Amino acid sequence: MMSLRSPLGRAIGLGSSKEGVSHWWWQRVTSVALVPLSVWFVFSLASLAGADHQTVVEWMRSPIVASLLIMFVLTAFYHALLGVQVIIEDYVHTEWLKMTSLIGLNFVTLLITLVAAVLLLRIAVGV
Amino acid sequence: MVEFTLPANSKIKKGLTHPEPQEAESIKRFKIYRWDPDAGENPRTDMYTLDTDRCGPMVLDALIKIKNEVDPTLTFRRSCREGICGSCAMNIDGTNTLACTKPIDEVNGDVKIYPLPHMPVVKDLVPDLTHFYAQYASIKPWLQSKTAAPPDRERLQSKEERSRLDGLYECILCACCSTSCPSYWWNGDRYLGPATLLQAYRWIVDSRDEATGERLDELEDPFRLYRCHTIMNCSRTCPKSLNPGRAIAEIKKLLVSRR
Repeated sequence: MMSLRSPLGRAIGLGSSKEGVSHWWWQRVTSVALVPLSVWFVFSLASLAGADHQTVVEWMRSPIVASLLIMFVLTAFYHALLGVQVIIEDYVHTEWLKMTSLIGLNFVTLLITLVAAVLLLRIAVGV
Repeated sequence: MVEFTLPANSKIKKGLTHPEPQEAESIKRFKIYRWDPDAGENPRTDMYTLDTDRCGPMVLDALIKIKNEVDPTLTFRRSCREGICGSCAMNIDGTNTLACTKPIDEVNGDVKIYPLPHMPVVKDLVPDLTHFYAQYASIKPWLQSKTAAPPDRERLQSKEERSRLDGLYECILCACCSTSCPSYWWNGDRYLGPATLLQAYRWIVDSRDEATGERLDELEDPFRLYRCHTIMNCSRTCPKSLNPGRAIAEIKKLLVSRR
């Protein structure tokens, strides 16, 4: 499509949205938090290898472990949400498809996060 | 969606092979991208063979020799031939660089020359940099100050303040970095790209400038600034050995520290 808009007008476009720091900041904070959390999670699972169901559930019911597990889930899924959002913005250029993907991503991530957190809580408080 | 393959009318075909020079002891072959907007044909790569004993040392010398002695239709930009004007930026041997400062003998095998990647081509090795220049203009690359300049002298800077511009002021806007950046390829319409962001940072850290806040406001945007994913092609390819990746990281740090 021919446009007679000036190159500067096109470069300025809709202007700056004056946001993005928060996204950048939380992506970094969650990635820093995930370093110790992932190491702890992997080592814990390794040390529980071969344990019976009862032992694992008792381990998960300890307040510290339950809190750390929920924190791990929240941090990991929030980090994933921020990352996948950037990938969609990078590669999906059709406006309606981009919007649909971003909204869908938020819904799906929120749902998975809530289910995981609720299940962990249920084990922790033993309902 | 992002296009990962060239459209049908941009696919590169095999082109002409120009005759080899007679009685040459050391020859070098140059495979050069050709496209003529008036011909209505797909782009092609033509092969030229030169006697390097009868040619200057740089890739630009070879291009000029080809244009003068072999094929006057070959089109490219050049001006200063000493790495300060940025006109002859092109993709040589897979890397964006300046033809005038790239020695021919640094290239193993045939010298493959293409225009800067992912830009509209005007003709042969000449890319259309209109949008790139407009993006540069959009960051207001000039000193903005509310304090009136002293009537009898320059605006002063300490040596330390001046040294913050080192590694920034040397940028010649050749566009090698921006056109090497995948993020700029996919989202160059909104992402400002490493060259423009390095220039923006050059004014942000200038101690004489008083529009720092407005400049940061204008940059804070998921696309304008934050499409940079620290891929670092920019810093690797810069023919002036500058570090646009670092400049962008510094802008991101400033945006955090003013929160």
